[in-house]
Amino acid sequence: MTRVTLQALLSHWWRNPLQLFTLLAGLALATALWSGVQAVNAEARASYDAAAATLGEGQFDRLVRRDGQPMDQATYIALRRAGWLVSPVVDGRYNGVRIVGVDPLTAPGGIGPIAPQEGTEISDFLTGEGQLFANPETAADLADLNVILSPETAPGTALTDIGVAQRLLGKENLIDSLLVAPQQAKGQSDLADVAPELIRQQAQAGSDIGRLTDSFHLNLTAFGLLSFAVGIFIVHGAIGLAFEQRRPVVRTLRALGLPLRRLVLLMGAELMFFALVAGGIGIALGYVIAALLLPDVAATLRGLYGADVSGTLQLRPVWWLSGLAIALGGTALAASGALYKLAQMPLLAAAQPRALAMAAGKSAQVQGIGAVLLLLLSVVLMFTATGLIGGFALLGSLLVGAALALPLILDQILTLASRGVRSVRAQWFWADTRQQLPGLSLALMALLLAMAANIGVSTMVSSFRLTFVDFLDQRLASELYIRTADEGQTAALIAFAEPRVDAVLPIQNSDVTVAGQPTEVYGTRDHSTYRDNWVFLQSAADLWDTTFAGKTVLINEQLSRRGGLNVGDMINLQGSSFLVAGVYGDYGNPIGQAVIGEDVFAALYPDITPRSFGIRLNPDDVPTFLTELEAATGIAPTQSINQASIKAMSLSIFERTFTVTTALNILTLAVAAFAILMSLLTLAGMRVPQLAPAWAMGMTRKQIGQVELLRAVLLALLTAIVALPLGLALAWALLAVVNVAAFGWKLPMYLFPFDYARLGLFALIAAVLAALLPARRLARTPPADLLKVFSNER
Amino acid sequence: MNAKALILCLLPFQVSAQGFAGLGSEVEGFAVPAPSPVFDFPADHGAHPAYRIEWWYLTANLTARDGTPHGLQWTLFRSAMAPHEGDGWSSPQLWMGHAAVTTPDAHYVSERLARGGIGQAGVVADPFEAWIDDWRLTGDWDTLRMSASGADFAYDMTLQAQGPLVFHGDRGFSVKSAAGQASYYYSQPFFEISGTLQLPEGDVPVTGTAWLDREWSSQPLADNQTGWDWFSLSFDDGHKLMGFRLQQTDGNNFTSATWITPDGKTTAYSDGAFSATPLATNDNDVPIRWRVMLPDHAVDITVAAINDNAWMATSVPYWEGPVTVGGSHSGIGYLEMTGYD
Repeated sequence: MTRVTLQALLSHWWRNPLQLFTLLAGLALATALWSGVQAVNAEARASYDAAAATLGEGQFDRLVRRDGQPMDQATYIALRRAGWLVSPVVDGRYNGVRIVGVDPLTAPGGIGPIAPQEGTEISDFLTGEGQLFANPETAADLADLNVILSPETAPGTALTDIGVAQRLLGKENLIDSLLVAPQQAKGQSDLADVAPELIRQQAQAGSDIGRLTDSFHLNLTAFGLLSFAVGIFIVHGAIGLAFEQRRPVVRTLRALGLPLRRLVLLMGAELMFFALVAGGIGIALGYVIAALLLPDVAATLRGLYGADVSGTLQLRPVWWLSGLAIALGGTALAASGALYKLAQMPLLAAAQPRALAMAAGKSAQVQGIGAVLLLLLSVVLMFTATGLIGGFALLGSLLVGAALALPLILDQILTLASRGVRSVRAQWFWADTRQQLPGLSLALMALLLAMAANIGVSTMVSSFRLTFVDFLDQRLASELYIRTADEGQTAALIAFAEPRVDAVLPIQNSDVTVAGQPTEVYGTRDHSTYRDNWVFLQSAADLWDTTFAGKTVLINEQLSRRGGLNVGDMINLQGSSFLVAGVYGDYGNPIGQAVIGEDVFAALYPDITPRSFGIRLNPDDVPTFLTELEAATGIAPTQSINQASIKAMSLSIFERTFTVTTALNILTLAVAAFAILMSLLTLAGMRVPQLAPAWAMGMTRKQIGQVELLRAVLLALLTAIVALPLGLALAWALLAVVNVAAFGWKLPMYLFPFDYARLGLFALIAAVLAALLPARRLARTPPADLLKVFSNER
Repeated sequence: MNAKALILCLLPFQVSAQGFAGLGSEVEGFAVPAPSPVFDFPADHGAHPAYRIEWWYLTANLTARDGTPHGLQWTLFRSAMAPHEGDGWSSPQLWMGHAAVTTPDAHYVSERLARGGIGQAGVVADPFEAWIDDWRLTGDWDTLRMSASGADFAYDMTLQAQGPLVFHGDRGFSVKSAAGQASYYYSQPFFEISGTLQLPEGDVPVTGTAWLDREWSSQPLADNQTGWDWFSLSFDDGHKLMGFRLQQTDGNNFTSATWITPDGKTTAYSDGAFSATPLATNDNDVPIRWRVMLPDHAVDITVAAINDNAWMATSVPYWEGPVTVGGSHSGIGYLEMTGYD
């Protein structure tokens, strides 16, 4: 009996291959976007883990020089001979690859997951034969070197002996940092006695890549979930339609004696089978999406956070299993309502082809109440939400509430519109559009969500970009930044530059903890570069005068928010109290920052001498200045950074971010267009009986097709109009709530009307494309079919 | 791969087909000890980079004020990957320091590793200093200062030589196998030592005697020798005995010994004169009671560990600890056993 029943159930799909395609394609697309995003996240996380394992990064305390410069190798020996169990690390870039040099004899974590292959001379690692360990992808960039393939090495990184690294990076006898072994021997000397220029950085302090990049991944995950939600709308529609259409079959089967329980089980099993098939296709598609996105994501993460992520994808169980799970779960979610209805249906309930649409009308009230409640919740959350979870709850309630409200809003608009028209054909058009709304509403909701997400995310990214560019202009005011290697170079630089340029501005800082937050305190010279350019979020009167007089301090937004510090509060530095006089935006900086005057800085931190300098001069003179500087002082151009190149680099990072965002935007929009196409196609078949009277009354088939097209455009346009305020609300939530929670700064919101108009146009084009085929089909309905409507009637 | 595993790949200190710690493996380009050596002091107290393996090996039998016996070890090993010294990190000379303190119921061990060429470890002959990190052995060989530290112990000791240097084998040429493998080997067994041990229970002032071995070679073991049992014993009548037994895969042993009178006169004994037989083992099958015989001097004694578990859990593991001597002669000493891991 089971076999026969299954045959009967499955025969529905053979007769309606389009529905089957909609179901499978919707689910596959949803799964694809979800698992694609998960794959990118999983790859990035695996890369961080590999980096941590390779380099012991974040696991061990480090000793570094206060001024951030490399230390002399003699300092390392002095510390070892004073009983400090420390291990030297040299770090730098060669051909774009991060070269990390370690000493395997003293490294507290060993040398990571390096597993030399059989037959390689491991002693070569130590004796300076120049061996480097890198994964195959990285090895390609180091073709001229003796690279041993080691797949577990972190991407973009090559590990080698410290002696080899010093040679490659031109850091002979220099060491960048010392890893402190967790267990030290008894009787070691005080650090201040042996190497007063060094400070100890706690493990994980201020540079935990995982924490920093979490917000980026959360954004990606939100995108994936949103796409999945759109996909589930499609699946829900397809399943609901199929179940409605199979009512006669169900009635017949049950009349023949099939127990309800078995019927529900069989239909459930049938759907789960489809879910597995579609899930499998979706994971394959997701792999393709992830493989296409990953290089850009990797570049973004490297640019924003300095985190190296592999550009090639591996099939990791964590994401393809989660993809399958979510396909099954999503199908269960979408089908549970239909199965429940089926179980509740009276045995001989009449099979009504339009029952789905009718039922939608009945549940409109419930839907309306749900929409209002969710939107109210989102209003409450707008004022109260803090933290990432709150931010995403706000996004969720806003989006779902708006989606639920959409059919009701459209219905109201259409009712209003129909009142104002006189002609019969126009009245019929509006009434028929309203009548069709329930069947299209799921597809329109999908379009709404896709457009809102598009507006929201692109507004956020574009606002960030504008703010950041302004910020770069303010903060990178000096035309040239130069790092000196020692005191001699510093003196030579000042002597050479001061008579030739507008200003030489020392940049010096120290790592401190303020209000429990890791913070860099800067000692700044009184100059118009700062007075004229800096923009404050909060400010007291004469803040520059009081700060340069050594009375007040200026802090960044991150420190202000995380430390709960505002203008008028006091902070303590080296035992001296300072009044906070201003709070400035400091976008892109993960940790706190505080600015005090140069003189008071020198008094509080006498050990620190500036080694970095901002040079103010005519931008056109930069190349000449650098040439003359090298000739006069030996300071090489490699010790300087041109302001223009920093800006170009920062902007290229944003271009990469845009690429990722745009790709995801286009994908979600495509899914929504697909939903419209499928809804219209399925509706088209059922609408023949409704269109036949219009044809009988004299409308040509061509006109009917045109009206259908017009209707799709109209509905898409109305949806776009609703999507605009929703998208802006979304953008606001992202900028003012999610960003603050994730990064510690709030961004001003900019509007991009041209972009929104273009997006609206895209949405309309998508709707037209989606409606074209169903409209053509209607326009070519054989007259015989239309006539049959009357002969078969009713 | 962790550092220790790497070291095991690198250092010729491992049990393999090539005997214990690779000491029986081929000599490529390294100098080989020759018979009838003429030593040049203080230069020969320093390092000999042309030889593959070398050590400065000090053991001490100590007594606390309450009479509790303690043992102490300070060792610096040099192991070369190539027969020369190099500049900076490219130096092929690797250094390994082992320090230990043994009490009747505890055994504290620490290990340090370093590369030559950068100043982290090394030995300078004149003025004599051997060091790795903050561990030091320094002085003029009549008086030495010695210090070392680990996570749970530290010591700072002063040593005074009460007799001359002692040369083993043929004037310092010590044969290790029937096939002729040999090393240069001399000792200063007449140190009086005093100082303070810092242990978890507190500072322990101690006094006692110490024995400093110097040995270097390039292939001290034959390829069928898998480990050794080495005894340095000080009898109550002032005589001393150094004896070792090299374990061979054929089931036989190669033995050698030096009898030292209280004024430093030596008698060398070649294979077969000295014998050592295990009487009992600890839970890990390491012998901790031995019957030791040197019939020429009517020596028939039992040597027993003060602490059975003086296991050196270092990159190259072995057993090293203080012993008591009873039987025909009574006294104290140190026992080292390799090839039991």
